[in-house]
Amino acid sequence: MVGLSAINPQFLYVCAGIFLFAIGLWGTWLHAHYVRKIISLNVMGAGVFLTLIAVAYRGEHLPPDPVPHALVLTGIVVAVSATALALVIIRRLEDATDE
Amino acid sequence: MILDALSVLLLLLGLFFFVSGLLGLWRFPDTFARLHALTKADNLGLGLVMTGLLFQVPDVLWAIKFILVWLLALVASAVNAHLIAVFLHRQQEGHDESA
Amino acid sequence: MNLLDGLWGVLDLLLVAVLLLLAMAAVLSSDRRRSMMLFIVFGLVLALVWARLHAPDIALAEAAIGAGLGGALLMATLRRDTHQQTDQFPQHPVVLWGVGVLVMVLGTAIAWGLFSVLPTVEQTWRKGAAVDAQLAFSGVSHPVTAVLLNFRAWDTLLELAVLLAAIFGIRALGYVRSAYVTEVAFSQLAVWLVPLLILMAGYVLWAGAHSPGGAFQAGALLAGAGILLRLAGYSHAGLPTTRWLVRLGLVAGTGVFLLVGLGLLGWGQGFLHYPIAYAKWWILLIEMLATVSIGMTLTLAFMGGIPQKEAA
Repeated sequence: MVGLSAINPQFLYVCAGIFLFAIGLWGTWLHAHYVRKIISLNVMGAGVFLTLIAVAYRGEHLPPDPVPHALVLTGIVVAVSATALALVIIRRLEDATDE
Repeated sequence: MILDALSVLLLLLGLFFFVSGLLGLWRFPDTFARLHALTKADNLGLGLVMTGLLFQVPDVLWAIKFILVWLLALVASAVNAHLIAVFLHRQQEGHDESA
Repeated sequence: MNLLDGLWGVLDLLLVAVLLLLAMAAVLSSDRRRSMMLFIVFGLVLALVWARLHAPDIALAEAAIGAGLGGALLMATLRRDTHQQTDQFPQHPVVLWGVGVLVMVLGTAIAWGLFSVLPTVEQTWRKGAAVDAQLAFSGVSHPVTAVLLNFRAWDTLLELAVLLAAIFGIRALGYVRSAYVTEVAFSQLAVWLVPLLILMAGYVLWAGAHSPGGAFQAGALLAGAGILLRLAGYSHAGLPTTRWLVRLGLVAGTGVFLLVGLGLLGWGQGFLHYPIAYAKWWILLIEMLATVSIGMTLTLAFMGGIPQKEAA
């Protein structure tokens, strides 16, 4: 128990965020199918968001920094709208190649 | 103190049903059986967890919100399971006719 | 106290392990459908992580928008293909491993850079203290809403404009196919849920002034109602069928935001500098219209084009 509580949560979550970014970058780079590229890109974005929120975290007893929170909140909405546009374009592209 | 003990007891009981449902989802052979395990055991588990939490609410408004969340989850899971089952049933009938 | 801290440590490790494994599985799986499912589950676990890191606003948005809407959007691309689709990597394994090593080196470099500047961030970059000091003059008592609609309103305006650009792009791609055919049980559920979702959107919008919530989460709930209606067989998802009304709804959020900003500029207050006494009402007006716009935008984004019924 003592050993585990010694891990700084901020350190853990920042590392997790950067790892997600790396995985997402790998997938976006190497996947051949566009839908898989989009999923990987979203994983990459989630990594960036996680890093930002982990930096904003100030421990159990202090309120976190609201500025990165606002940034990430708008970021999630922008990410989903960009994803929607990309998916619609992919769908049209597939329709066009089917015909 | 008694309320706390009751909460812990109900939460543990709920957890047990969740684990059972999970085991069913993991081990059962076909989708219908899995749906059965998931809806029955997990809804009971959720109900027990909710009841356990009800002993900890600060006022009536919180209690109403909790119950509302529970009811929504119940309705949604029932309809969800029904839709999956109907889809599967139809798909299997279609297979039988073609075979 | 110590025991509780130890439990948090275990919980942190579990959450991070599940999150990373799900992400890796979603990226690496060769089954496309499975990859989408795993990505949705990944979003839900991420919502738990946000809650853990004291970011309830983002947890709400992630559960509704990231996992819910994002998942629905992904599934909509699958709908026609019932057979399993496999995605193989076309590259040689050496390339796969080489790029893997490369991104890990890049990640390590980023981590090293970040951790070497993080101690100075504590003093210089942090705006938390500044936000707390100015909160009383913002018109709302929830710091995240204050940042979004007052201190950094400029960013939020541009972000709404991005949303608008995305939906214009989607509508430029033409009409959507016919509506979904549905089960009675589902359309009954929709009839039940849609009014409740609209009520919840109103509540979340109002709550945003003093606690987690606000226009983005409320808009996502409205979009949820729209998607439910669409799946329940309503071809235009409950949106107006007159084209100019739809367009008005889509631009309302950005438009009124911009007009309020310019009006205040003309009034001699500076762009989006609300007078303190009325700040709350300006913010509420902008947020209400932004909610409607976000809800309509996300619903139309799910439909993926202009509904057939929409008349010119």
